[in-house]
Amino acid sequence: MRKIQLGNWLLTAAFAVISLFFLLPLFWMLSAASKTEKDVWTFPIQWIPEKWNLIENFKEVWMGDVSFTLFYGNSLKISILTTLATLLISAMAGYALSKLKFKGSALVFSLMLAFMMIPEQATLVPRYIMIKELGLYDTHLSLILLSMFSSYFTFLLRQFMAGIHNDMLEAAELDGAGYFRIFWSVMLPLSRPILATVGIIKFIWTWNDYQGPLIFLYSTDLYTIPLGMQFFKEEFGTRISVMMMAAVSADIPLLALFLALQKQVINGIAIGGVKG
Amino acid sequence: MNERVAISKSPEAKKRFWTRKRRAEAAGWLFIAPEVIGMILVSLFPLGFSLVLSFTEWNLVGGLSAIKWIGLDNFFSLFEDNKFLMALENNIWFTIGTVPATLVISIALSAVIQKKLYAKSYFKVAFFIPYICSTIATAAVWSALYHPSKGPINQALLQLGIDNPPNWLVDTSFSLVAIMIIYVWQLLGYQMIIFLAGMTNIPDELYEAATIDGANGMQQFRRITLPLLGPTTFFLTITSIISSFKVFDIIKFLTNGGPNYSSTVIVYQIYEEGFQRFKMGYASAMSWVLFLMIVLVTSITWISQNRKVHY
Repeated sequence: MRKIQLGNWLLTAAFAVISLFFLLPLFWMLSAASKTEKDVWTFPIQWIPEKWNLIENFKEVWMGDVSFTLFYGNSLKISILTTLATLLISAMAGYALSKLKFKGSALVFSLMLAFMMIPEQATLVPRYIMIKELGLYDTHLSLILLSMFSSYFTFLLRQFMAGIHNDMLEAAELDGAGYFRIFWSVMLPLSRPILATVGIIKFIWTWNDYQGPLIFLYSTDLYTIPLGMQFFKEEFGTRISVMMMAAVSADIPLLALFLALQKQVINGIAIGGVKG
Repeated sequence: MNERVAISKSPEAKKRFWTRKRRAEAAGWLFIAPEVIGMILVSLFPLGFSLVLSFTEWNLVGGLSAIKWIGLDNFFSLFEDNKFLMALENNIWFTIGTVPATLVISIALSAVIQKKLYAKSYFKVAFFIPYICSTIATAAVWSALYHPSKGPINQALLQLGIDNPPNWLVDTSFSLVAIMIIYVWQLLGYQMIIFLAGMTNIPDELYEAATIDGANGMQQFRRITLPLLGPTTFFLTITSIISSFKVFDIIKFLTNGGPNYSSTVIVYQIYEEGFQRFKMGYASAMSWVLFLMIVLVTSITWISQNRKVHY
């Protein structure tokens, strides 16, 4: 018994070393973001800066003419609105597919599964033409409209909602609640765990989306964080410390959200994979 | 009981249009409508539209009147277009290089974490963090790490006695490999989390019984864990092949498909032809090749799973 435990400790130590490979690039980013440009490249790497330049780099990224403050606002706006819209639309569809009986629901469900196969990239050209024709090119609305429908999240919500006991719904119905009332006051509260999970994942994906803004936005004023990063690359290409400060800034909300809500994120990813 | 029957058969009840059944029916359609309309507008219609466009030659700048019907010409040109052929080849190498590697490594990592390790939750988080980070921020970090002369990776390689380390992103024979490394680094944690979830669903009794029968860890892994993870592995195989076909962000940000098209992929070509040269018909033809490849892979995997997956 003792021998096995020793083995486990050794393995744990080995894995601790392996796990460093996953974290080191991020430590490097943090450390470079707090250094002067000159110190970034010293080798062996100074993990803790000799000369701190954190505040200067921060000012450069956040308070310049075109600054991260602007990109942040844009990203927050788009990510929050898209997430809320996706939650509502997918929850409504999930409710219909799991609890309401209507002709064609089986067909709609199988179509929904088939839609998951259509890659966004295969439809980019027509989407672009449609958005141009509607006069929505170079607006945030175009991004929100294009990404608020998701058969994947509808599927996850449907699976969860199918597991909610019908007794609950029947009780509400006996009390005289209509379908909207049941959806709003019974289904949504009961689905809170999956809604939280889907919401966080959708938020992270939208925040990280690069292709959409790249194609549908033109004005620098409207740029989101990933496009903002591209902007910094072009402006400060050779100034790695400033780039790394921008990268840290892009990651902070995601890491904060993840560390605060680890369980929901990890469970959400797991549900998607296991039941999918 | 009898009263109820009587009521439902009364003439008033028959006249009412909004019967219970009809109300349920209408509610169903109402609730599903936004999603269905949305999916038709942003997925199904564009898919059909791009099929039509793929048979045309159309430079968006010329307006609608400039559309010219050219039949299958776009598809013929694709297979004479060196950039596209290179993209196709790179996509195939990308899939071969990343999919089996991530699957094997992540299943091994998760098996050890699940069975043997202390501080499991630390490892889950540590391996998963790269997946959570912004892809573009990650790309920016790696572009610095890969710097040919000053970057920490090559500095370390020099220290280890490798005199001519690769120039990574600016080297035609290494650019794609460099991107594959970033991609695998990012994706491993995600797959590991899914495998771990799959392993949690395997009942402990099976392992206990196997232990009593004298099976060692490796035998248990091969006879119990692997077969019972079939559905999970199947799911991850399909989704990771598909996402390897769609790789774009890292490439656009880091190399723009270069140097000399050595890291170009199909989606990058769609972007370049469609949104930089505005050749909408040609880009649509590429989109359809991508779509058909995805359908093909999904179907093949789907058919083959019937024999291989144990439920």
